[in-house]
Amino acid sequence: MSFDVETYLKDQPESNVILYYKGNVDSDVINHVLDTVEYKLVEVNEQAKLRKKVYNVLVESLQNLYHHVDKVPEDFEDQKSEKFGLLKIEKVVGGYKIITGNFVRTDHVELLEEKINKINKSSHEEIKELYKFILNHQRISEKGGGGLGLVDIARKTGNKLVYTFKQYNETYSFFYLDILVNQDN
Amino acid sequence: MEPIIIEGTPKTPTVRFDKSEGVFEIKGRSIPENSVEFYKPLVDWLDSYKEAPLDKTVVNIRLEYFNTSSSKCILDVFKKLEAIHKSRNEVEVNWYYEEDDEDMLEAGEDYESIIRVPFKMIEISD
Repeated sequence: MSFDVETYLKDQPESNVILYYKGNVDSDVINHVLDTVEYKLVEVNEQAKLRKKVYNVLVESLQNLYHHVDKVPEDFEDQKSEKFGLLKIEKVVGGYKIITGNFVRTDHVELLEEKINKINKSSHEEIKELYKFILNHQRISEKGGGGLGLVDIARKTGNKLVYTFKQYNETYSFFYLDILVNQDN
Repeated sequence: MEPIIIEGTPKTPTVRFDKSEGVFEIKGRSIPENSVEFYKPLVDWLDSYKEAPLDKTVVNIRLEYFNTSSSKCILDVFKKLEAIHKSRNEVEVNWYYEEDDEDMLEAGEDYESIIRVPFKMIEISD
């Protein structure tokens, strides 16, 4: 199997990477990533409004991985990570890019894609209403997610959710989510 | 009734629900992975408080960050307050947000539109 989950990230310029992580996404890792990024943004004197947005979006992206990733395929190099994820945060013009990657079972792809497309087709006002609807009507799932993560990310960034699925094998795909958090929104 | 006093951590807020002092507040960061576990005692406490509340309950919410999983639990807290308000007791929520933090202001407005309890939006300047 020549599939390399990092290829997608390697295709992109490395210039301004603030943090890169590959492995198990547990509670301690989340704490560590949040602390590190918060410290780095304060260190470069990033304006408070953008800093807060990045922090909020990062919390949701990491907890999305924590609550929703599917188990890694049996032949994948890293069998120790129960919740395997990739994370890359980089500085771009006017803001930051947060890219996450995780395995998704092929039979879950369609549903996830539908969900993202629905969000991407909605106006800012519609996203706000969708958020309120889910908040008020959907219970927290057994996995612990509230089903609001992606909606919240789209609402807070004001940007479309850019995503790619790469097929790993018949049963698994690898899902990349590419989030832009910038000053204009 | 016994008050609830919880010290804040980097991922969970400081909480003080104290009937005898008339203080009800949640402040800090609320970003735990498992928010139900954290908020359940608060919701249960309000359930008992509902039986004999003060004539006026003023609740201060002063959050710096909260995740979407907490947002549902915070709604559950507000639903309990709404029930107290419905049984003809005065309830008021002070929702604090930092200057320029439009996201936090909007979050407060979301709750205000869902819950039938008077909200006051209070800006904190740096």
